[in-house]
Amino acid sequence: MTTRSRKQIILAAYVGGVNEHTLWEHPDAGSQIDFSTFRHVAQTAERGRFDYFFLAEGLALRARAGRIFEHDIAGRPDTLPVLAALAAVTSHIGLVGTLNATFNEPYELARQIASLDHLSGGRAGWNVVTSFDAFTGANFRRGGFLPHSERYVRAEETVATIRRLWDSWAEDAIVADKASGEFLADADAGAFVQTSSQFDIAGRFTVPRSPQGRPVIVQAGVSPQGRDFAASTADAIFSPYATLAEGKAFYADIKERAARFGRGPEEIKILPAAGFVLGDSQTDAEEKARHIREQQLTDKTIQVTFEQVWNRDLSAYDPDGPLPDIDPDPEAAPIIQGRAFVFQDRFETVRKWRELADERGLTLRGLAHEVSGKAAYVGTAAQIADQLDAFVQEDGGDGVVIGSHIVPAGLDEFVDQVVPLLQERGSLRTDYESTTLRDNLGLPVPARDAELAGIEAVR
Amino acid sequence: MSSRLRIGVALDGAGWHPAAWREPSSRPAELFSPDYWVDLVRIAEEGLLDFATIEDSLALQSSERSGPDDRTDEVRGRLDALLIAARVSPATSHIGLIPTVTTTHTEPFHVSKAVATLDYTSEGRAGWQVKVSGRADEAAHFGRREHPGTEVSWGDPAFDVLVAELFDEAADAVEVVRRLWDSWEDDAEIRDVATDRFLDADKVHEIDFEGRWFSVRGPSITPRPPQGQPVVAALAHAEVPYRLAARAADVVFVTPTDAAHARAILDDVGAAATAVSREGSPLQVFADIVVFLDERDGESAADRLRRLDAVGRPLTSDARIFTGSASELADVIAEFGALGYDGVRLRPGVLTDDLPRIAGDLGAELRARGLFHDAYEADTLRGLLGLPENIPSRYAAV
Repeated sequence: MTTRSRKQIILAAYVGGVNEHTLWEHPDAGSQIDFSTFRHVAQTAERGRFDYFFLAEGLALRARAGRIFEHDIAGRPDTLPVLAALAAVTSHIGLVGTLNATFNEPYELARQIASLDHLSGGRAGWNVVTSFDAFTGANFRRGGFLPHSERYVRAEETVATIRRLWDSWAEDAIVADKASGEFLADADAGAFVQTSSQFDIAGRFTVPRSPQGRPVIVQAGVSPQGRDFAASTADAIFSPYATLAEGKAFYADIKERAARFGRGPEEIKILPAAGFVLGDSQTDAEEKARHIREQQLTDKTIQVTFEQVWNRDLSAYDPDGPLPDIDPDPEAAPIIQGRAFVFQDRFETVRKWRELADERGLTLRGLAHEVSGKAAYVGTAAQIADQLDAFVQEDGGDGVVIGSHIVPAGLDEFVDQVVPLLQERGSLRTDYESTTLRDNLGLPVPARDAELAGIEAVR
Repeated sequence: MSSRLRIGVALDGAGWHPAAWREPSSRPAELFSPDYWVDLVRIAEEGLLDFATIEDSLALQSSERSGPDDRTDEVRGRLDALLIAARVSPATSHIGLIPTVTTTHTEPFHVSKAVATLDYTSEGRAGWQVKVSGRADEAAHFGRREHPGTEVSWGDPAFDVLVAELFDEAADAVEVVRRLWDSWEDDAEIRDVATDRFLDADKVHEIDFEGRWFSVRGPSITPRPPQGQPVVAALAHAEVPYRLAARAADVVFVTPTDAAHARAILDDVGAAATAVSREGSPLQVFADIVVFLDERDGESAADRLRRLDAVGRPLTSDARIFTGSASELADVIAEFGALGYDGVRLRPGVLTDDLPRIAGDLGAELRARGLFHDAYEADTLRGLLGLPENIPSRYAAV
């Protein structure tokens, strides 16, 4: 057994889409919906010994001023069936999907994720998100919206309830002894009761304990409430902080919060999303990155980027002109709907942007290049390997969630060129240690909560 | 061979007999492993069967109608059927995949994109068996709906009202799902670099469904699936569900006990179609039959059934229980065909024994009589069933 002196980099892969980063105009761009696209990315990532393939979710098409937004990629498949199908064409890579805790009930989510865990031999993970907007709610019978203050309450109770359901079958509940005729060891298999502020449910869960027992739970969240929620319950955090300085601060904060919840630093992994642009030289990569940014930030994309913050129709403003001299209008109906609003304070954001634009003489286009997400890793394969390794070894994170601006083949060059360099330096596995996601991530296997308080009293 | 019969198989646990899991061939420890399901569907595909349905429910299996039975001697526990179908889809290439999805507690928006996505992963082979849940224990798993409780059941007026409402709600759910499948026109994705437009918003439509139980705005998040409209199926035994099938489904599974009953059902289904003013393709009618086939040079199916019945709980069924040779079963199926049935859905008594005989002996017997195909003649489930393909979105400008 070899001892590892270096932290092992955790890699996840996502399929870019429904954002301005993914270039549908590129000649190499393929389908965003055909299964072959997802198969290609997942198999490429598995070839690169990635920990997991990650699939995001959408529950409403984005709209601008009440009209479906036409200028970026739109349309996604449903998360779970894609992951289940990918389980057929991969053998080791984890399969993690975003599933909304607001518009799904715990019983169905628990059985779907546990089913995926069985169907993949222990490779399932769930990225927990919540929705609060009535725009998305209009697609569901639940309708309406969830007050912001209740989002985490519902999310926390959903996760707790789902864990209860996952724990409702003992590991050895199924005997399946043909001779004795005993299929179940216990007539109570799957019995559960859960009472909380959001849920009052009881009965029998249909899915036996899955290979991972508890599939891996991933969360995102940067507010203090979100950080505590993740630090207390998540196995991994999908973070927005891909630079070393920001990453280190977030990393230290989360691991410290986790300790307060009695969890060790190895029990929660931190993984920012990161794009990359590979070149033959630094100059070549930077030139490519600049060209990609120009394609990503079309006039319409720039307009929408700023409309999201101003919450006003800015179509009259020249993208090559100055910033609008009017204030944001937070009271108006949202002009951009169906995409996450990432800016905390509209007025403060605009104030900072005006300062930056004045200082550097930036037009709207120039500002958009500065403030909207850039690829975290731009350089030669060796440079990217160095930076990524340093990011992990210096505790900027435990790894990254890598996406390419070209779907589906963009990840190939990362796997062909960067992965071998990471493997050479001993920072990335050359083969999988296990067939379960939890093991590959180096996460401890949580014990089943066998107490299941209340079950005996009810029955 | 346009007049051929269609043959489907219904997969559930170890088979439809409660003691099926105890047979020597059965793989009870593998019921939750993907290989088990892949193997079964591949056997069906090798036999050129048109589709496999996969049973599901939102409660643990039970011999009781209203709640758990606490038995430990039968298969209990099951995986999500749609995800089983998705897992199987890349491992197969022609057979239709029809998972059961219960509409009572799930969101039509989720059902729509899940079945559409199965249609993508299977490249046009997806279907959906609509199921209604009237059980109190299933309602208690969700905790969101009023239910008259475990004391009332079928035949009770309060329960009958509930059932009628659940089927009406299910019809609304299917309507929403179908509208969402149509909400993107086939050519909505334009990728027009000149105008910087990925999508033509005029070809993506809100569905604006307003019903008694829910309203859904749409459009779908998932582009129109390969079949446009994946196949909707429903199991039905009586007037209320016949009406649901006539309103909402492409295919209905019915349970005739004999030829007279089979004729009566066809009349009832026809009457339901008239009553709801069904338009478009006629509702396809499939007879469900529980099947035990004779072992070649071995135990007869009738002996096997008697033996299995003696083990624990004897098999009871809503559908006719057939025991006999492949040739005798072919006679029965041919008779259904002559009456006007589109085909049969066979429920193997023991999956690991009866499915291979259905795929092998029965298929050969039907083929010899010119009643079954000798190669898959279509790539989509709609094509295999002889349903119209390339149906336009209802929202497409004429």
